[in-house]
Amino acid sequence: MNAEVVAETVPEKKEFWRWQESVWIDETKDWKSAKIITCGIDVGSVSSQAVLAIDGELYGFNSMRTGSSSPDSATNALQGVMDKCGMKLEDIHYVIGTGYGRVNVPFAHKAITEIACHARGANYMGGNGVRTILDMGGQDCKAIHCDEKGKVTNFLMNDKCAAGTGRGMEVISDLMQIPIAELGARSFDVDVEPAAVSSVCVVFAKSEAMGLLKAGYTKNKVIAAYCQAMAERVVSLLERINVEEGFFITGGIAKNPGVVKRIEKLLGIKAMETKIDSQIAGALGAALFGYTLMSKKAAAA
Amino acid sequence: MIANYGYKDGSGEYYISIDTDKCIGCAAGRACLTACPKQMFEIITDDYDDEVAWIKKPNCRTLAYDCSECKPAGGYSSLPCIAACTPGAIKHSW
Repeated sequence: MNAEVVAETVPEKKEFWRWQESVWIDETKDWKSAKIITCGIDVGSVSSQAVLAIDGELYGFNSMRTGSSSPDSATNALQGVMDKCGMKLEDIHYVIGTGYGRVNVPFAHKAITEIACHARGANYMGGNGVRTILDMGGQDCKAIHCDEKGKVTNFLMNDKCAAGTGRGMEVISDLMQIPIAELGARSFDVDVEPAAVSSVCVVFAKSEAMGLLKAGYTKNKVIAAYCQAMAERVVSLLERINVEEGFFITGGIAKNPGVVKRIEKLLGIKAMETKIDSQIAGALGAALFGYTLMSKKAAAA
Repeated sequence: MIANYGYKDGSGEYYISIDTDKCIGCAAGRACLTACPKQMFEIITDDYDDEVAWIKKPNCRTLAYDCSECKPAGGYSSLPCIAACTPGAIKHSW
């Protein structure tokens, strides 16, 4: 059998975990009339974002999947948003890299940790009332407490274990063969709210989910049990940093109501809402840090 | 700022907290750097341009093992890093 025949007979593998990539530009603004153009690049373990800010205001962003190379991911993310508005790298005054690949952004002037950037980004997105931030990233989870200016006052991070992260949700999405964007809504379509899956490890949680299906659980009920486990997991992290009103969730999981609503219920606090994509908080914070640095330089000159 | 370095996994919660407000302009002459037998502490410039101590990245994921010899079972009655940090910036969660 030759290779062509094999290719025809192998069924296409559906990628249920694949989330929607997006590019957005604020058409009401004209970057050519801006005094300071800054860029934040967040190279995360799963997704990469490039955000353009003009005079300290969000102008556009690109959110895409991280590839095998951090420099390429950073370049592709920025190129995507620059192509959308006809900008060139030379037009940008300052670039800040953040995320786990922040030191591998080839054109960055400075690198800042994602913790400080998420706090700054959440402060912009949710206003100066934001105090407690939960960033549920692709392969880590961060609990951050900040002041009214978006400066971090307390933080902790868990990047040793994938439980309570976007990757964990992707695994369940693939296992259930349900698109990841539908998981949240389906988790509420259950007759009785199930107990959380007991395993705190993604690998074992997957095995446990298989067991629940065999025991007669519907797919929706298994998803509900996993969403509850994820919520309990991150709430235990949040409790270490003194949860306060002004609760804001960043990262991809903020788009999953199945997890968000359960976290709100456990904390007894409603998460603040925003119209801006929750996944760009880190890159947005980086772009705003760049604006502050450029403004200080201009003032000193 | 309270910076928590460490992790939580199925076996427990292992965080070393550093109060950076007490760490800036250290009155103990950065004694934590030499007090830790595993040399886990390092001075960095943080995101707000302050010089503070942090836990080296690889150690953040192995704290339960790295710190075990300084815990009571290892013969210590007090943790060397906490004893050396006279400003009281360092705390262990376990």
